[in-house]
Order: sequence, then structure tokens, then C-alpha cells
Amino acid sequence: MVEEISSTPAGDIIINVGPQHPATHGVLHLVITINGETIQKVEPHLGFIHRSIEKMCESLSYRQFIYVTSRMDYLSSHINNHACALCVEKGMQVEIPSRAQVIRILMDELTRIASHELWWGAMAMDLGAFTPFFHAFREREAINDIMEETCGARLTMNYMVPGGVMQDIHPNFQRRVKDFIALYKSKINEYSEMVTGNIIFQNRMKGVGFLSAADAISFGCTGPTARGSGVSCDIRKLYPYEIYEQLEFDEILETGGDSFSRYMVRVREMNQSVRIIEQLIDNIPEGDFQAKTKAVLKLPKGEFYQRVETARGELGVYIVSEGGATPYRIKFRSPGFSNLSALDHMARGSKLGDLVAMMGTLDLVIPDIDR
Amino acid sequence: MWSFSKISNILDSWLSETFSPTWTMVIEMVIAGICVITLFALLGLVLVLMERRVAAWIQIRLGPNRVGPGGMLQSLADTVKLLVKEGMTPDGADKFLFNLAPIIAMMVAMLLMAPIAFASNFQLWDLNIGVLYVTAISSLMVISILMAGWASNNKYSLMGAMRSGAQIVSYELSAGLSIMAIVVLSSSLNLNDIIQSQADGWWIFKGHIPVFIAFLIFIIAVTAETNRAPFDLAEAESELTAGFHTEYSGMKFALFFLAEYINVFIVCAIGATLFLGGWMPFHIGHWEAFNHVMDFIPSSIWFFGKTFFLIFLIMWFRWTFPRLRIDQLLDLEWKYLLPISMFNLLLVTLMAILGWHF
Repeated sequence: MVEEISSTPAGDIIINVGPQHPATHGVLHLVITINGETIQKVEPHLGFIHRSIEKMCESLSYRQFIYVTSRMDYLSSHINNHACALCVEKGMQVEIPSRAQVIRILMDELTRIASHELWWGAMAMDLGAFTPFFHAFREREAINDIMEETCGARLTMNYMVPGGVMQDIHPNFQRRVKDFIALYKSKINEYSEMVTGNIIFQNRMKGVGFLSAADAISFGCTGPTARGSGVSCDIRKLYPYEIYEQLEFDEILETGGDSFSRYMVRVREMNQSVRIIEQLIDNIPEGDFQAKTKAVLKLPKGEFYQRVETARGELGVYIVSEGGATPYRIKFRSPGFSNLSALDHMARGSKLGDLVAMMGTLDLVIPDIDR
Repeated sequence: MWSFSKISNILDSWLSETFSPTWTMVIEMVIAGICVITLFALLGLVLVLMERRVAAWIQIRLGPNRVGPGGMLQSLADTVKLLVKEGMTPDGADKFLFNLAPIIAMMVAMLLMAPIAFASNFQLWDLNIGVLYVTAISSLMVISILMAGWASNNKYSLMGAMRSGAQIVSYELSAGLSIMAIVVLSSSLNLNDIIQSQADGWWIFKGHIPVFIAFLIFIIAVTAETNRAPFDLAEAESELTAGFHTEYSGMKFALFFLAEYINVFIVCAIGATLFLGGWMPFHIGHWEAFNHVMDFIPSSIWFFGKTFFLIFLIMWFRWTFPRLRIDQLLDLEWKYLLPISMFNLLLVTLMAILGWHF
């Protein structure tokens, strides 16, 4: 670090953006080198909120460690839990009741919408428009209320357990989800009127932060970030889990590769999630919400890997088991970490204001990057 | 009717009977100063509350509603908080300039109050070059911002100040040119004469499309000049934390904050004076009864109504639009607004020479 500062060319200055900075949505620390307003280099420094989640998981049982993963990508905690539960189920060879599968998917998609709502508001806030944040929260609040009723929590749900879900859905669940969909459809036009169609917004987003398809692949970008560059990578389509292959929905692809494409992918993805929910909400099969499992779960000796599509991209869970009641080693492949690695490549040569917009379009959740 | 001149004349004659001419002038100046400071504080409180209310209304929430009836005392409570807060000066800052900057910001805002006609016959200084004075003094604002940014010894502050310098200096041109349109039409630099020239109709109605264009450019340019969103690059909360006043706290910050709101008030007051007839009531041709009813409304209400309408517009911008990038901001001025306002000024001049306006 000392060497780098002394080797900075004349006229360049180094700025620490973060760990506490309104642009970073958390405690991300970026060391940026700028010349005037032009960015020369962006260097993410991680470790500020490292909680050693992977190591913690090694000392917890297969039932317990799922609860810790809610704290990784806290905006899609259902999907994190889902990935872990699926991986454990893979090792145990358990059949999951179809009711549980449908409930899981419903929860996943509601979470995806909630996450994208928050991102949408924060994205506009990064560009200096405060109002969309409150409008996005109006809809997100409706989802949180649904979650609260069924799961008993609004942020860290801990609802998915190995073998199914923790408890059955609340009697109000179907009615409230339908209410939410009606609310969402009545408000979605506001989004495009307020932000997407705004000329200042489009000028700030179009042609900025370009990431080519080849670069997106080489940086390991997944999720909407890669799909904005035209890379087909939706795990729900490519490696379907649960009953995703029976559902009708489109993988959203935009070929622009700029900030606006990534923005559009997320906005259009919300509609696809609504489409999935609409297909399932009236067709929740009767039956058990949980498969019968032993009190103490033990996985056979071996290695198990499961990937799911979170709101941010591909989340992989890799469990190495020695046959005991706790995993021998757990590794998470988090989407945010790979997406962040593309930031330096995207940001070089653009203006400081655009760096903030690019970070917004990557939809970074720092605890997911820095576990 | 509704004239303040009676009160001021009585006061003036009583003072000149009692004291020598020099003392009369001194006492009158002190009274005027006290009036300005009172107005200043009052406007600050009202505008902050108004901003928060407007923001809350646009953002589907309630806004301040706990302190006092309906949250009316919220800004008073905030002022007390800021007053008792420690005003810190960071290590490595240029202490003299650091402390001077907010005072200059405040002084500029105060000086700008002088030539504004708040009601008929209610003006602190009937200056014959009023418009020139306003444009000249408002340019000084950039000095306090540059001073604050430089003296803070902080990279964010410096960047905010530099952005602000480029922005204010550029946008002054088109603000000045759009003001010139009205000066050409009313052939006077005196704000009172400009108001009197609108007795038969406000310039925005009399001046056809060119004056309307000038009005739009004026609103855009003054929004940029006062560093309000979508041109708030000097503060740019999501990029530069707080821009040029990142290091300021307590009352020094409050002075910047207050100066911003007073500047907004002043540019809106100038806009209302030049384009919307100042304290002139709204008249429609020969509708005598209607005009008579309009005349009955006090002139100060006309002035403040128009001014607060413009302030509301600027607040509406702030809570609706995303922020521009620095190069887009300068493009907008140098590539679009400046050529348009230059051409527009030519049109207005032609219109004034040929007498095409009403």
C-alpha cells in the first residue's frame, strides 16, 4: 500500500471511499485513485465485517448452520437458507413434499421482488433522487408483512429447514400475496414514470460502466449483472431445482452491457417473479410441509454442492462431510464477491459520479461479499 | 391601501425631529438591519419546515409532526440543537478561512436582501442598479464555497468546492442573460421600475414566448446557482458525503444551511419580481370587478405567494430528479442554455425595439 501511494503519478489523488460512506450501502471500503473527476483505479478492500461465517458453520449441526446463512446476503435470506437446505437434502437423499417445494419457491420469488425493490430505491438514491426509495419501500413493506405473518421474521427468516419448511403457511398467506400482487401491478407504472423514463436518469445510465459478455464470464459475474451483458446464466433455467422446470417464466437478457441494461434486467425480473407467484399461489398442493427427518442429521462421507439463483446471482454451497453431525468444511460461492471484482474494470476512465451508479447496478450486499 | 409607507414616514419624521440627521440615518440603518436579521431567521425556519413538509408529501410520509402543533416547532428545535453543538475545526485546516467561509456565505445572503421589494413601498434600498447589484453580489457566493472547500483540508470538500466553482460561474451567464431580457423590455435596472412596468400585466404574460423561455432558463440556472438538486453536485451526498461542508458542524454548518435556503428565497424573489410582477396583483384586461378584488389582497401577500410558489417548484425539482454528472451539467450550460439564452436575448431585443409586446 505504501509503495502504491508513492508510485502514484503526479496529479492523481487517492481517496478512501468507505468503510463508512453513504455510497457504499454498508461497510465496503474502496480505495480509488482519481485524476480530477476521472477514475484511474478502484481497489476494493474487504474484511471490515468479516464474521468468519464459513468457520462458524463447521462447529454447528446441519440444522443449525442454516440460521447463520441468513446473515450473509440479508436481502435474500430465504434463498440462502434454501440453498443450504437443498445441499443438506442432497446429501441425505430426502424426498421433499410437494407442498414444501411450492412454498419454498413462493418465498424465494417474494424475496427476489423485495430485494429488487430495495435495490431499485437505493439505485435511485445513489443517483441523487431520494423519493423512489420511499415508493419502493411501500411495496417492500407489504412483502415483509407477509413474511412476518408466516415466518415470524422480516429480515432473517430462517424458514427453510432440511426436509421442507419450518411451519405451515399462515391462513392469510394466499389472500395477502394476492393483495400484494394487485398493489404491485397498480404501482409498477410509477416506477417507469419516476425513474426509468427520466431523461437525466437515462443519460446517467446509458453507455456507462460497460461490461462485455466475455469480461462478465471471465470475472465470474452471475445474476442480473451478467444477464445485462447478454450472458445466459439463470440457474433456475440452466440447473433447475425444486419445481422450477415446470414453471413458465422467461430468463431476462439485455445485451447492452451498460448500467442501464443491468437496471432493466432487474426491473423486468420483478415482473417474471410476479408471474411465477401467480402460477403457484392458487395451486399450493395439500400435504405435509416437512419431510420426516431424524432429530440429529448426519450426512454420509463425501462432497455435496448445490447452486441456486439469488436476487444477486449464483449462490453455491459446498459441503464436505466426514460423516459426523457437523460439516467438515463449508464453502459459499457468493454472487456479490465475483460481481464486485468487475467494478475496477468497469469504472476505469469514467467519472466519480458514475462509480456510485455502477456500484448501484451491481447490487452489492456487503455481508454477502465479506462473510 | 395596505401600504407600509405611512408607518415608515411617521417613524422617519419623528426620528428626524428628535435626532440630528446623522443619528437618524444610523438609527434607521440599525432598524433595517434588525428587520433583515429577523426576516432571515424567520425565513430560515419557515423554509426548512416547508422543505421537509414538501419532501414528506412527495415521498408519501408525514414529515415532522412531533415537536409543537403539527411539527411547527421542529425547525426551532433543530436550531437549538445546532446552537449548542460543538463547532469543530479539524486539524490541518486553515483556521482563519475555515471560520470565515460561513460568515461570508451569510453576509452575501444578507446583502442580497437589500434591494428586494417585499411589498409596495416596502424596500430597504431603492437602488437604481438593483438588478446589477443582485447579479454582482450573488457571484460572491462561490468565494465562500471555494474557501470552505479549500480550508477544510479534506479531499471530498475540495472536490465539492471545485465542482461548485465550475458550476456557479457557468450558470451565472445564462441567469444573467435571462435577467437581461427583462431589463431590455422594461428598460430599467431598478427593481421598482421593473415592477411598475408590469402594472398592466406581468412580463411572463406580456412578453410572448421569448420571455417564457427566459423564465425557464432563469429557473434552471438559479437552481444550479444555489446548488439545489438536480444540480447539487457540490454536496452530492451519495458521492462526496456532504461536499464542501463535510467538515463543518454546529452553528458553522447551520450558517451554510441557512444561507442556502435564504439564497433560494432570494433567487425566487428576484424571479417573482422580474417575471411575475413582484407585488403587483393579478389583473385581467377590463374585468374591473375582478381586478378590484385582486387589488384588495395586500401586496405583500402577492409577493410572498409568488415567491413561495417558485420555491415550491425548486423543492419539487429536488425531490423528483436524479443528479446530473459534472460533464453533463457543464454540457447543459455551455452547449444548450447559453446559446439559447443568447439567441433569446436577441429576439427579446428585437421585440422591444419593434414594440411587439403588449
